[in-house]
Amino acid sequence: MSTATADAVMDYDEAMAKFDPVMGLEVHVELHTATKMFCGCPAEFGAEPNSQVCPVCLGLPGALPVVNEKAVESAIRIGLALNCEIAEWCRFARKNYFYPDMPKNFQTSQYDEPIAYNGHLDVELEDGTVYRVEIERAHMEEDTGKSLHIGGATGRIHGADHSLVDYNRAGIPLIEIVTKPMTGAGERAPEVAKAYVSALRDLLRALDVSDVKMEQGSMRCDANVSLRAKAGDPTSPEQLAVPLGTRTETKNVNSLRSVERAVRYEISRHAAILDGGGSILQETRHWHEDTGITTSGRVKSDAEDYRYFPEPDLVPVAPTRELVEALRGTLPENPAARRKRLQSDWGYSDLEMRDVVNAGAVELIEQTVAAGASAGAAKKWWLGEPSRRANAEAQDIVTYAAGLGLTPAHIAELDGLVVSGRLNDSMARQVLDGVLAGEGTPTAVADARGLELVQDDGALEAAVDKVIEANPDVAAKIRDGKLQAAGALIGQVMKEMKGQADAGKARELILAKLQ
Amino acid sequence: MTDLPTDLTRATASALADALAAGTVSSVEVTQAHLDRIAAVDGQVHSYLHVDTEGAIAQAREVDERRRAGESLGALAGVPIAVKDVMTTKGVPTTCGSKMLEGWIPPYDATVVTKLREAGLPILGKTNMDEFAMGSSTEHSAYGPSRNPWDLERIPGGSGGGSSSVLASFQAPLATGTDTGGSIRQPAAVTATVGTKPTYGGVSRYGLVALASSLDQAGPCGRTVLDTALLHAVMGGHDPMDSTSIDAPVPPVVEAARAADVKGMRIGVVKELGGEGYQPGVRARFDESVALLQELGAEVVEVSCPNFEYALAAYYLILPSEASSNLAKFDAMRYGLRVLPEGVDDPSAEQVMAATRDAGFGPEVKRRIILGTYALSSGYYDAYYGSAQKVRALIAQDFDNAYGRVDVLVSPTAPTTAFKLGDKLEDPMAMYLNDIATIPANLAGVPGMSIPSGLADEDGLPAGIQILAPATKDERLYSVGAALEAALVDRWGGPILDRAPALGDAAAVKGA
Ligand SMILES: [Zn+2]
Repeated sequence: MSTATADAVMDYDEAMAKFDPVMGLEVHVELHTATKMFCGCPAEFGAEPNSQVCPVCLGLPGALPVVNEKAVESAIRIGLALNCEIAEWCRFARKNYFYPDMPKNFQTSQYDEPIAYNGHLDVELEDGTVYRVEIERAHMEEDTGKSLHIGGATGRIHGADHSLVDYNRAGIPLIEIVTKPMTGAGERAPEVAKAYVSALRDLLRALDVSDVKMEQGSMRCDANVSLRAKAGDPTSPEQLAVPLGTRTETKNVNSLRSVERAVRYEISRHAAILDGGGSILQETRHWHEDTGITTSGRVKSDAEDYRYFPEPDLVPVAPTRELVEALRGTLPENPAARRKRLQSDWGYSDLEMRDVVNAGAVELIEQTVAAGASAGAAKKWWLGEPSRRANAEAQDIVTYAAGLGLTPAHIAELDGLVVSGRLNDSMARQVLDGVLAGEGTPTAVADARGLELVQDDGALEAAVDKVIEANPDVAAKIRDGKLQAAGALIGQVMKEMKGQADAGKARELILAKLQ
Repeated sequence: MTDLPTDLTRATASALADALAAGTVSSVEVTQAHLDRIAAVDGQVHSYLHVDTEGAIAQAREVDERRRAGESLGALAGVPIAVKDVMTTKGVPTTCGSKMLEGWIPPYDATVVTKLREAGLPILGKTNMDEFAMGSSTEHSAYGPSRNPWDLERIPGGSGGGSSSVLASFQAPLATGTDTGGSIRQPAAVTATVGTKPTYGGVSRYGLVALASSLDQAGPCGRTVLDTALLHAVMGGHDPMDSTSIDAPVPPVVEAARAADVKGMRIGVVKELGGEGYQPGVRARFDESVALLQELGAEVVEVSCPNFEYALAAYYLILPSEASSNLAKFDAMRYGLRVLPEGVDDPSAEQVMAATRDAGFGPEVKRRIILGTYALSSGYYDAYYGSAQKVRALIAQDFDNAYGRVDVLVSPTAPTTAFKLGDKLEDPMAMYLNDIATIPANLAGVPGMSIPSGLADEDGLPAGIQILAPATKDERLYSVGAALEAALVDRWGGPILDRAPALGDAAAVKGA
């Protein structure tokens, strides 16, 4: 095992001056169907090891697979959402290789007859540039079991004392989505890679076919990278005519940030080798999240012959056109298009919308607006305290709010209390704290804490008079037209009223009395 | 209703079923009689790899109780059966004739076994077979060969020689088999018993340890056509656990066997099956059977299936290819044999897999795994596996063309009578030729049956006639089989197995 001696790398800008990068991304997605791909075992994550197994997914002698129709439907929906053609007739194939976490020592997959093929996904970069990722295929397969290597330094099989295998994951439905070679991205290749995986994740989430949790492995990315000599602008015919270089495949890059970093690293590493007159070895690479480098895995050679042949234990999958059209009717709005529509409905700036998206609060705001709040207020409240606290807890806002029982209806109610004049901003913040502390609905919290703007104008007027009298020099400035000085008096009036006054009304009264 | 013979093991399954239904005999009595017979003769024949005395008696007792309680039971309830060791049996060892699975106790029943249990057939034990069903003689069983009750120095056929010899030696009235290239029909032919390979998908494959998934088909074995039909009806039918299972009712096989009518039927004699390489005595009995069918009112014509010539070659590419993948699961990681490599400290998983597969598989299994691995390798796939699939399509087309003209096809089941143990062990090609007439049906997925046609003049050993029908028309096998059987038994003056030498008495054993 190579002990992670760092390879030579070339400065990224220098690499980009000399080479043109080409990528290919393979994304594996675990479907969150109730049962596994070929048997009735639950497909749930996180159960006791080897508790969700049966003769089929353990590959016991004599057991036979039966295709999970729901998984096929999910595969077709994914294909349609990626603008793919859906096969009228396709088969599963056996991919033969020996490995302890493969119960049958072959993986039931699809080979040259994928369920979906020839699609594309338009990906929007940070600055609004749209890059079209061509999709080669999306095919169905089963996941393998999970090996846990005990006692080795690296957690890999070499050097381990012993290994444990959990077959709960064996047979979970997987969809592998493979891009065509991604050319023309030039120096933005790493950014494009990240944006693609991010867009794909959003799409799959919107389809509700997978948990798409990269950290739990329900979405995994392998990044292929190759370089070719620079021959002009990345999208120029001269550049596109240059043959592709030898690629490496970096396996299991399991966060959006890592996708970007791994592609960038491989570009720099390839560039250093090629620039030094060397050649790239076609191989798989391991990504090291901690050090940000890749190390050599196994060499792809003739020895790696999977001896694919059509799976004789399964009948072909032949979705009727009626089924395909019915499934097309279930597709959600494309996440990117939906965002554009919501941004325009809500009147957010690009920057505001990006903040909302990055906070993962699009759905929350949509529901809050639907519950009656203004788009501005919904954004203000969700991106405030709840978002700050969710970040501190390293949770996403949706999960965090759900955990505390904070709902879009609560936020809309809170906004209503402000709009109706019962609460001012600082009171509303206190009410939200109360809701987050589990004290009840906003109205209940306001009632319990006795928070209510004083509506009695007499008391306010008396306080204003008292403050004017106590601050004759400030009052004089205001009389002279320096209206900004009113702020100092407003603050004192609010103090006099113990915060339970409408600051706007106080300002009106002060100005009326001094002008 | 005919009276049962004093020795219950000489009775047919249908006679036993009638007597059980009438209450003149109990399942425990019938089962015990067979267990006694096994104790007396299996030392000579070696049909069983495992006898489940307690399990069989317990099941028999349960059926008897259910019958006493007035429950309505299936036609074969209480009739004991032997199960080929390729079918998983919960709690009962299943080895497939291989060291690889020595000691393995499956945690589940094959669907066929579930159906047998539900129908109330006590399971006497598991029958011997060539390792993972690869062979035509049971000589490739890791536990030693079974012997042909007609001559203990000869093979009982294979891979289902355990099941065929069980029937011919009266150690069970019924048995299950699996047929990938002839493993039900050829053993039936050389032991003068009956066996059917149903239409592919007609009987569930769930729980059958796979040899070649696209060719394997489980089926019934018996001593008479009616017995075989009764068992076919129990074993067959749709199984949601097997994607390739046909979603339709079992064809009316029992009705066809009872009607035994071939009047007006068009029967095609396959020109390509029966010429050179066929033993004269086998050929003579076949010709007589065809003439008899004509006398019974069938119309006989000769039919050519020109692509059958390539069937054996295609079969020996498709079967090893699928087998090489199906047998990959035997890797010592989860169940079965585990062998540590010699002289290796701290061996890797890969080394343990290699050592186990080296020690656990016999030479024929290794031969086919290597063949299949080669045939599927990139660069060879199109030439071998791909071409074989094209031949397969041509053979199916030959059948289609033939069935456009005739209702069933007939041929000798196997080219020769039973050969001597050891005769063909060193010559795989000679062994493979045993299945030359049976393989086309597996490649095309059509049903086939073998019934006894008589004894060959030159050696006095049984020969078989094969009947083939279009897919899902399994009942035609039984119409023809039962009609011919009745005519032949009439001519012989009794069941042909009555002429087999008695066992349990060394002097009576031919050749001893
Ligand atoms: Zn399972």
